[in-house]
Amino acid sequence: MIIDIHFIGLIITSIMASAVPLILASCGELITERSGVLNLGVEGMMIIGAISGFAFMTVTGSLFIAVIGAMLAGVLISTIFAFLTQTLITNHVATGLALTIFGIGISAMIGKNFVGIPGKEFPVLFESLKDTIPFLSPILFGHSIVFYFAFALPFFTNYFLKKTKIGLIVRAVGDSPESASNQGINVKLVRYSCILYGGAMCGLAGAYLSMIYTPQWIENMTGGRGWIALALVVFSTWNPIKILIGAMIFGGLTIIQFHMQAMGVRVPVQFLTALPYIVTIIVLVVISRDSRKIRLSTPSSLGKSFYKDN
Amino acid sequence: MIKIVKRDQPSRAIFFLTPILAIFLTLVAGGLIFYIIGFKPFEALKFFFIVPIADMYGFSELLLKATPLCLIAIGLSFCFKSNNWNIGAEGQLTFGAIVSGGVALIFYEQEGFYILPIVILAGAIGGMLYASIPAILKTYFNTNEILVSLMLVYVSKLILDYLVVGPWSNPEGFNFPETRQFSDSARLPILFDGLRIHAGIFLALAAVVASWFIFYKTYLGFQMKVSGFSLKTAKYAGYKGKKMIILVFLISGACAGLAGVGEITGPIGQLHREVSPDYGFTAIIVAFLGRLHPIGIIFASLIVAITYLGAETAQIFMQIPKYTGQVFQGMILFFLLASDYLLFFKIKFTGLKK
Repeated sequence: MIIDIHFIGLIITSIMASAVPLILASCGELITERSGVLNLGVEGMMIIGAISGFAFMTVTGSLFIAVIGAMLAGVLISTIFAFLTQTLITNHVATGLALTIFGIGISAMIGKNFVGIPGKEFPVLFESLKDTIPFLSPILFGHSIVFYFAFALPFFTNYFLKKTKIGLIVRAVGDSPESASNQGINVKLVRYSCILYGGAMCGLAGAYLSMIYTPQWIENMTGGRGWIALALVVFSTWNPIKILIGAMIFGGLTIIQFHMQAMGVRVPVQFLTALPYIVTIIVLVVISRDSRKIRLSTPSSLGKSFYKDN
Repeated sequence: MIKIVKRDQPSRAIFFLTPILAIFLTLVAGGLIFYIIGFKPFEALKFFFIVPIADMYGFSELLLKATPLCLIAIGLSFCFKSNNWNIGAEGQLTFGAIVSGGVALIFYEQEGFYILPIVILAGAIGGMLYASIPAILKTYFNTNEILVSLMLVYVSKLILDYLVVGPWSNPEGFNFPETRQFSDSARLPILFDGLRIHAGIFLALAAVVASWFIFYKTYLGFQMKVSGFSLKTAKYAGYKGKKMIILVFLISGACAGLAGVGEITGPIGQLHREVSPDYGFTAIIVAFLGRLHPIGIIFASLIVAITYLGAETAQIFMQIPKYTGQVFQGMILFFLLASDYLLFFKIKFTGLKK
C-alpha cells in the first residue's frame, strides 16, 4: 500500500478536529480543579453549550452571538454548581452529578424544537493557503477560529498558572485554602471565578460540537466526551501541556475507529466504539499507579469544601 | 436582620425533613419550568405526578419502576456510606443482565424449578464481577473509581449491543436487536394478572431488610460508618480498608445485577438493546434522597419512580418532552443538597439593628 503523505496530513487534521472539544473542556476543568473544586458536571455543561450554541445560531442567525451565548449558558449553569458548592457548601461529587443529569434533561427539553434543522457553515481562516504545502497546509490552514483557540489554550493556561500572579493565587487556593485565606485572599471569590471559567470553556466545547464538528443538534451528542475530558485532567497530572497530548491520543482513537470501519477491518463496530473508554481506563491505571506522583501533582484541597467562619 | 450561625451538631430532625423540603421545592421549580415552556403549571404537575398512579395499573407500574431503583440504591448506599463513589451502577446492571440473560438462553425451551435461581444468581455474579473492576483498580492501582465505573457503563452498553445484534440475536427474529424469549422457568413470575409487577419486588424488599441488618446490627456496618466519617479514624482503628472497599463494591454490584435480572426476566423476558432507562444513574439520586437509610430509600424510590411515569404520561397527554423526568431528577438532587445547608447552619431572624 502506498501511503500518500497528503492523506496522512488529512488524518492528522481530523484527529486534531476531534481533539478540540476535549482540549477546551479539559483546560477549563483544569483551572477549576486547580482552585480545589472538583466539578463532575463537565458532560452536563458541554451538552448545555451544544444546544445553546445551536439554538442561538438558529434563532439569531449570528454565529458570533451563538458562540458567546453558548459560553454564557455554560457560565449560567455552572453558577448553580458554584452557588451550591461554595455558598451552601455541598458535596462536590454529588452536586456535579446532579448538574450532569439536569443538563442532559434540560438540553433535550430545549433541543426538541431543533432536531433535524441543518446547521450553518462556520467560516474558516486561511482557506486560500490550504493547498500550498503538501503535508503541512491542511494541518495548519483552513480551520475555524475555535480550532486555533483550542490549540493555543493549553499554552495560555500553562503561562497563566505558572507566570501570572492570579495563576499563583488560583494554585494557592487549590493547595491550601486556609493559608490563602490567612493571606487575605478571598477563597470563595477565586473558586467562584474558576468554576464559572470552567463553565464557559465547557460551553464553548459543546458549541464546537454542535456548530462546527457536526453542525446539527442530536440528543446526547456529547456522548461521554465530558467524562473523557475529566479523565484527561487526571491523565495530564494537572499540567495543561499534557492535556494537548492526551486529547490528541483520544482524538486519534475516535478517528482510527472510523478509518478501520471504512477499511473493512473485521472487528465488531461496538468494540471500536468502546476503545476510547477502555483506553481511558487503562491510561488512568497506568498514571495513577504511582500514588506518590499523583499525590504530589493533585491540588491538595481538591474536592474538599472550605468554610470560613466570619 | 438575618444571621447565619453554625450548628454545634447537625440537626437530626432536619436530616429527615430536608428530603421533604427538597421535593416541595422541586415541585415549585417544576411548575415554574412548565409555565415558562407554555403549560398551565398545576395541570402539568397533575399529569406528571397524579394521573399516572391514579389507577391500579398505574400503581403497579410505579412499583415496577421503583423496584430496580430501590435495589440499586440500597447497594449504592453501602458504597456511599463508606465514601466509595461508585457511579457506574448502570453498567453493573447492564452486565448483570447480560450474564443472567446468557444463562437464561442456555436453558432455552427447557423447564425446571432450578432454572430461575441459577438465572438470578448469574445476574448477581455478573454485577459483582463488573463492580469488582473499579474496586480492584481503586484498591491496588490507586485509580479513581468515579471515572472507571463510569467508563465501564459505556463499555457494558456496547457489549450488550454487540450481543443482541450479533451472536445472541434471535435467529427467527427478522434481525431485530433482541434475543429469543426466555423459557417460562427462567422468568420471574408476574404477581397479578393483567399487571406487570413481578416477583423482583421481593428481591428489593429482601435487600432492604438485609441492608438494614448489616448497617445497624453488624460490625461491618459500624466499620463502614466510621470510614465514611473519617478514613483516618478507620485506619487508626485498624480496619482493613482495602477489603472493605472491595466488599461494598461487590454488594452494590450484586444489587445492580439483580435489578438487571428483574428488567429482563420480568415482563419482557428477553435481552434487548435498552435494558434500563438509566436506572443506575437515577438510583444515585434515590440513595441520597433516602438519606442512605433503607426505609428512606423505599420512599425515595417510589417518589423518583413517579418522575419516570409522569414523564411518559405528560408526553402522551401534553406533548411535554419525556426528558422533563431527568430535569426533575436533577432538581431533586440540587434542592436536597442545597437544603442540607440547614443541617449545619441555623438561620436566625434577629430583628432590625442599627
